[in-house]
Amino acid sequence: MHIWFSVTASSKLLVILGFIFSNSRLKLLQRTEKQNEEEKGKNKVTEQNCLRSKQMSRRGFSSTCKLQGSHGELSSADSVTVHFINRDGERLTTMAKEGESLLEVVVNQNLAIDGFGACEGTLACSTCHLIFEKDAFQKLDAISDEEMDMLDLAYGLTETSRLGCQVRIKKLMDGLTVQVPVEVSDIRSQLEVGKQSKQ
Amino acid sequence: FWARCWAGHWGSCCPVICVVGSGPAGFYTAQHILKHHDLAQVDIYEKLPVPFGLVRFGVAPDHPEVKNVINTFTHTARSDRCAYYGNVTVGRDITVGELQQAYHAVVLSYGAEDNRVLGIPGENLSGVYSARAFVGWYNGLPENRDLKPDLSCETALILGHGNVALDIARILLSPLDFLRKTDITDCSLAALARSKVKRVWLAGRRGPLQVAFTIKELREMINLPGTQPVLNPADFTGLENAVKDAPRPRKRLTELMIKTALEKPREKAAMAQAAIPRQWGLKFQRSPQEMLPTTDGTRVRGVRMALTRLEGLGDSAKAVPTGDMEELECGLVLSSIGYRSLPLDPAVPFDTQHGVIPNSLGRVTGVPGLYCSGWVKRGPVGVIITTMNDSFDTAQSVLEDLQGGVLDVSISREGFGAVGSILRSRGIRPVSFSDWEKIDAAEVARGKAAGKPREKIVDPQEMLQLIGH
Repeated sequence: MHIWFSVTASSKLLVILGFIFSNSRLKLLQRTEKQNEEEKGKNKVTEQNCLRSKQMSRRGFSSTCKLQGSHGELSSADSVTVHFINRDGERLTTMAKEGESLLEVVVNQNLAIDGFGACEGTLACSTCHLIFEKDAFQKLDAISDEEMDMLDLAYGLTETSRLGCQVRIKKLMDGLTVQVPVEVSDIRSQLEVGKQSKQ
Repeated sequence: FWARCWAGHWGSCCPVICVVGSGPAGFYTAQHILKHHDLAQVDIYEKLPVPFGLVRFGVAPDHPEVKNVINTFTHTARSDRCAYYGNVTVGRDITVGELQQAYHAVVLSYGAEDNRVLGIPGENLSGVYSARAFVGWYNGLPENRDLKPDLSCETALILGHGNVALDIARILLSPLDFLRKTDITDCSLAALARSKVKRVWLAGRRGPLQVAFTIKELREMINLPGTQPVLNPADFTGLENAVKDAPRPRKRLTELMIKTALEKPREKAAMAQAAIPRQWGLKFQRSPQEMLPTTDGTRVRGVRMALTRLEGLGDSAKAVPTGDMEELECGLVLSSIGYRSLPLDPAVPFDTQHGVIPNSLGRVTGVPGLYCSGWVKRGPVGVIITTMNDSFDTAQSVLEDLQGGVLDVSISREGFGAVGSILRSRGIRPVSFSDWEKIDAAEVARGKAAGKPREKIVDPQEMLQLIGH
């Protein structure tokens, strides 16, 4: 507060204007359809929304994050719908091309999944680990030894786990839902936050 | 910068955050903070002129894909709210206290620059090296450039059963053609070309079920051309059964060792047993007691090992000496028993026993505004994904404290504005990220002629001269 009085009039005006127009970090802001189309017309999850809703979700609010923007870009002939359930439960829905790997989908669609695909699809890490539903899992192409070797290092490994960089989209995967695994350390920190009761 | 600053809440300022260390921990922590906070400025300090820590100096030269993370780190460093300051040694050129005055939060991510020692007689004999120094040597870490390891003996002994041990075995025995096209230093390549080492033993105190290395690295070693794995089937009796219900990773790893132990020597076309020039093997339940000198007392000629038995099961099994001893003849010993962090500054609490900074979720115990991430927080274990998750956790603590008011951002802090003046007054000239990019370009250009991704510059003075410092 004491800073205010030592500042020039024009700066004060800037502050007031800035305050009016600024995006509050704590509020969930709804972006207009127009603003989304301005985002280079690509199919993109509104990253800001997802990030903010992610912050809210860490405190126990659930939220959904829908893809906005034109769907007309990809012809329905060669694209499928894929749902990624992010670590805090938010659902990221996107279109994907046949033949794309799930890692490529995440990267190309700029999905807000932290730390996904560190080694850029070269089977040198396990950060693109995804969990499938049982019937979808069984329809996937066979896993190689090399993939299994890296998958073995993944957190929260399940019987229906695969590495996203090794799974390619097929037509029959339309409507596929995959889960981004919750990291072991995430669980521990959620428990800690509960104990500290900062609210 | 100022317009963005004033766009925040009434009276609050852009948080300025300092990260000490530019390896994966430092960069992932910075990345996460920048991604989830619209205004924060993050400055990354590094004692060497060049960034990236163990990604540059620890990951083996023949594992270039693991180094792909450098791309995302570069992207972070180039973003407008991030700055890199190399050639600044925190704890010497500037204190943590001074950083805490200049920044709203300081994150210590400086890793583990030292190694554990065995503490046995003969450990200082010529021919005995820490794995850390050896890896630093072939990866061009400036402090290890003059190691000049003696590779004139036939048998090398590596103490330890982790991935670093396997890396060293692989580098010692790889066909030279494999290494020639990597970013291994020229000097190391020349030394390896002259190397007489044809047999490498990896000895560990405990058994096959306690090995710390992972299956990808083991498989790579088993498949290394021109080499023969030597595993004693007797070491694996009954283990097939023991891992029947183990978690898949442990099970597959053990099964691979069993399979390799029981396999007849490979009969590759045109390659008889005698023609395979190089061997490597795993020795279990052997604990080093003394490094034995040559008659003239100058070099190591062997290691006396105590045979052990295991008490307990799985990860918590303990190796207990049986009383029996064995001597293993070797002329090169590499001690690969773990890295170790060092205390940085009297202002920072340090748990000497565990070699970590005491913390809770990355918040340094008893020092508000101070955080830690990576190996200095958790201990020197894990691969990049481990460090990544850990760094995101610490970053989350910082973000929570910014949001919750635990970090008081109503007080404006100068960040590098203050630190830069202090450094100048002490004659320290930081290296910027674009300076690094000049060094990077020079290394890549030098490597091109030899068909290598880069030829690393190993002399910090040469790096500084290159950028006109």
